[in-house]
Formats: sequence, structure tokens, C-alpha cells
Amino acid sequence: MLTMAEPPASNPTVLPSQPVPSAAASAPAPVASGEVAFDIENFSLWYGARQALHEVTIRIPATRVTAIIGPSGCGKSTFLRALNRMHELTPGTRLEGRLRLKGQDLYSAEVDPTVVRRRVGMVFQKSNPFPTMTIAENVLCGLRLNGVTDRAFLRQRLEESLRMAALWDEVKDRLFRPGVSLSGGQQQRLCIARAIAVRPEVLLLDEPCSALDPIATAKVEELIHELKKSYTIVIVTHNMQQAARTSDRTAFFYLGRLVEYDETRTIFMNPANPQTEAYVSGRFG
Amino acid sequence: MSPADPTPTPRDARMTWRRFVDRAMAGVMLLCSVLVMAPLFLVVYFLFREGASALDLNFFLQLPKPTGETGGGMAHAIVGTIELLLMAVVLGVPFGVLGGIYLAEYGSDRTSYWVRFAADVLNGVPSIVWGMVVYALLVVPFKTFSAYAGGVALGLMMVPLVMRTTEEVLVLVPQSYREAGLALGIAKWKIILVIVVRAAMKGIVTGVLIALARVAGETAPLLFTALGNNFWNRNLAQPIAALPLQIFSYATSPYDDWHRQAWAGALVLILMILGLNLLVRFLSRDRNFD
Repeated sequence: MLTMAEPPASNPTVLPSQPVPSAAASAPAPVASGEVAFDIENFSLWYGARQALHEVTIRIPATRVTAIIGPSGCGKSTFLRALNRMHELTPGTRLEGRLRLKGQDLYSAEVDPTVVRRRVGMVFQKSNPFPTMTIAENVLCGLRLNGVTDRAFLRQRLEESLRMAALWDEVKDRLFRPGVSLSGGQQQRLCIARAIAVRPEVLLLDEPCSALDPIATAKVEELIHELKKSYTIVIVTHNMQQAARTSDRTAFFYLGRLVEYDETRTIFMNPANPQTEAYVSGRFG
Repeated sequence: MSPADPTPTPRDARMTWRRFVDRAMAGVMLLCSVLVMAPLFLVVYFLFREGASALDLNFFLQLPKPTGETGGGMAHAIVGTIELLLMAVVLGVPFGVLGGIYLAEYGSDRTSYWVRFAADVLNGVPSIVWGMVVYALLVVPFKTFSAYAGGVALGLMMVPLVMRTTEEVLVLVPQSYREAGLALGIAKWKIILVIVVRAAMKGIVTGVLIALARVAGETAPLLFTALGNNFWNRNLAQPIAALPLQIFSYATSPYDDWHRQAWAGALVLILMILGLNLLVRFLSRDRNFD
């Protein structure tokens, strides 16, 4: 069985070859409330000479939804991408401080970014199913390309992942049609299914609904509620109602600094910082 | 008077003038377009008029007849051209495609700049220079003209062409697919191979076909390498015939019958290249991402 301490696919051969009975059973077991997923201290990040994050210190709880809000350019996407080292694709970045996931420093020299990304999956603003692949191939891509070949296991994982992404009933009769043949909202849920098929510990959502209509948005939000039973979720959103609806805790970023971080209810009803108050009440941003 | 109103009034005589200039310029541009198209039709027309009479089944099945006898064909040259092009593909495609992948996915700004610069310079090197280079590298040391040398000359010409087109289509693949792959914890080389190159496959094949069409008609690089002959090549280490070489030697001969055959050969060559281009059209029909 996969455990939280061992990155699931850091060594493809440790993946279970036995089909697992149900989605809930194969997902990481829920942890006691209060367990910390990300422990981040004095984390700063520069793009060339420009500092994008200033000494962010934050502890993100496991199996909860944490929303990151703030006006455009406040560093929230940069922060999210730093959580699985995706920002390293941008040349000329530099960072200071410490970023730990379950006690492991993700930026220490011996950690391979590929392994980090297997533990910390990501769903992007714009749905991006692989254009040459079918629905099934899209979901299983992460497993197959990391060396999983057991057909029964893949078949099982395909159904589980699509069920968890609330997409199974809509696509079960056309698993071998192109992924891009789906509607926008379905494509985004396909991307979520693809991300959870490798069973990461954390799911990062970068404005996952900004390109979706209200109905598709509602479906994705419902899905977030379901997924937080098994996953730590960090969601960046421009939509404050969405942050209020979906998250347990909310962090407000402004000009690259973490201004306030608290229970979502507190942030929206009774924020401590006047800037937070101004932003959540729509007076700036 | 709304600007959308199409009927001119005496008040805006300037509009009438503008309309006239507009039409006149459209006419000039149409004329230029026709002038661009005309050579293609003229070439095909003359090739048919002069070559069609010599173009029969024997042309495709027979070897050249000895001087003085009429008839015969260019079967050996057609097959030779195909063999040379296959060798060019074997050499040019791996180097070109891998080089293009390097440029698009791996090269640092500075190395890519110089590799790209070198490729662009090589694209401009006259084809006869390629022939001379391969002559010095492969013909002189082995003391014989050969099919291999011809294939190498054409293959080397293909490398920079394929490299640049491969790079261009890979750059067109949206970054979001690479990011999606990385976010799944897939190694970079696998993402490139399975996701990016697959997404760009049509474009890469199109680039290869364009390069192939470009070198298929080359004569100069073959003069010093493949040399040409009048019989079947049974050993690739020996000289081999090719359509452009055969056309060249027949067209410069003093015999009317050979002149007709040269026209027919040119017609076949053009049709082959036209076929490649149509294939390119077909493949690049609907290449788009989102």
C-alpha cells in the first residue's frame, strides 16, 4: 500500500501490482486533524533581480483545503508553483528559506524535482489534456510513463481516478475517444483525474475554474470537497466566493508577502488586517 | 451620412476616388498573383507538351538503349533517385530531428543561437559545394564515385532544413503540455518524446517531406558523388543513376530522341516533387492546438 512517507512513484516498482478494491481505500489514509503538510519558513523567491516572494512563513495543514487569494501579481501563483518546484522552469530564479513537505526539505540538494512533482500534483488554469491521447491514455499517462505496465492495475486505477474526478459516468462509454473531444468542464475534470491517478499527496489547483462556466465550476467545487478527504489541496483563486465556499483556511497575499492566514471564516468575516478586510470586501484588488 | 453607407454622394467625391484606387490596387495585386502562378503552369505545360510523347510504360521499365537506337527508358534512374533519397532520409532525419529537439527543448540561449546560425548558413551553402565536400570526404579516399557518397551529400543537405522545421513546430507546442507532464512527475526526455514530439509529429513529417522535395531535384551535389550510369546499380559502393543526372546528360546530348527522354524525365521528376508537396498539404491540413 502506498504510504504518505514514501513518495508513491519515486520507485515505480513499489507501486502495488494488486488491484485495489475502491477509490477510498487506495487513497492516502485521512490523517489526524492538525497534521501539517507544508511547513514553510522565511521563504523568499526572486525572478532575476525582482523579488516575487518576501519571507513567507506558513504551515499548510494536511487533508484540508487551503485557498490562496490576493490581487494579480501578488505572488500567489509563484508561491503555488514553488510548492512543487514548477517555478524552476522559469530561468533565473533564486530562493532562500525553507520549504518542507511532511518533514522533508523539498529543496535540499539530494531531492529530485521529478520526485517532488510525483508527490505534489498540479492542475492548471486552462485545461490541458494531451492532444494526441485518448481519455484513458490521458488519465494513465503519469503511471505508464513512470513504468507501470500491469494492465489490470491500470484498468482499476483508470476507473478509480475518473470516479474520484466525478467524470466516470460521463465518459465510461468513450474512454478511447480523444481527451480533447470533451467539453471544457469535462476536460478540466479529466486533468484532475490525470493528476490524482499517480496518487500524489498534495494537489495544487491554479485557478482551476477561471475558464469554466458556473455549472462546470460547481462540479469542480463539489469535487474539491470530495477530494479533501484524501488529499491536501492548495487552491489559488481570484474568485473570493469560491475561496469562501471551498476552503478551510485562507491565506491572503499582497505584493509578495503573506499578509494574513487564518480559518477561512475568520478571513472573510473578521479579518485582523485592514488590507485583508479591504480586499475581501472588494474595496481594492 | 453613416460611414457604412455604400452609396457615394456628390459631397464625398473623395470617396469615389478612394474606391477607384482601392479597386485598382486590388487589380494590381491579382495580376501579381497570377504572375507568380504562371511559371508553375508554364513549366508543367511545356513538360507535358515536350515530354508526354516519350512517356510510356517502357520509360518506367527499361534501361537506356545504346546510342542510335530509339526507345528505352529511365527505370534505373527512377529507382536510383528513390535509393538516394532513402539514404538521405536515413542520414538526414535522425540528425535533423534530434538537432531540432535540442534547439527547441534543451539548448541554452547562447548555444542555440550559434547552432541555429550554423544551420541557417548551411541552408544557404550552394548545393555544388556540398557535392565538392562529399567528393573530398568520400570519393577521393575510396577512389570511386558511389551511391553512398550521393546519399550522404543529399542527406547532409537535409540536416539543416529538417532541423529548423523541427525546431519551429516543437516551439509551437504549447508550454502547458510540458508543464502538465512535469506536474505528473514524468522525466523531461519522456515528456518530449511521448507528449511534445507526438503532438508535433505531423509538422515534423511535413518538414522532412519538404526537405526531401527540395533535395530530390538536386543535380550538382550528385555530379561529383553518385556520378550516374546507364545500367542497374547492384552495389551501393558503385556509381548510381539519378533522374536529375540522367536529365542533365540527355539534355546536353546531340540526339533528338534523348532530348525527348530528358523532357519526360523532367516531367516525372516534377510529378514526384509535386506528389511530395501534395502529401505535405494533406498532412498539414488541420494542425492546430486549441
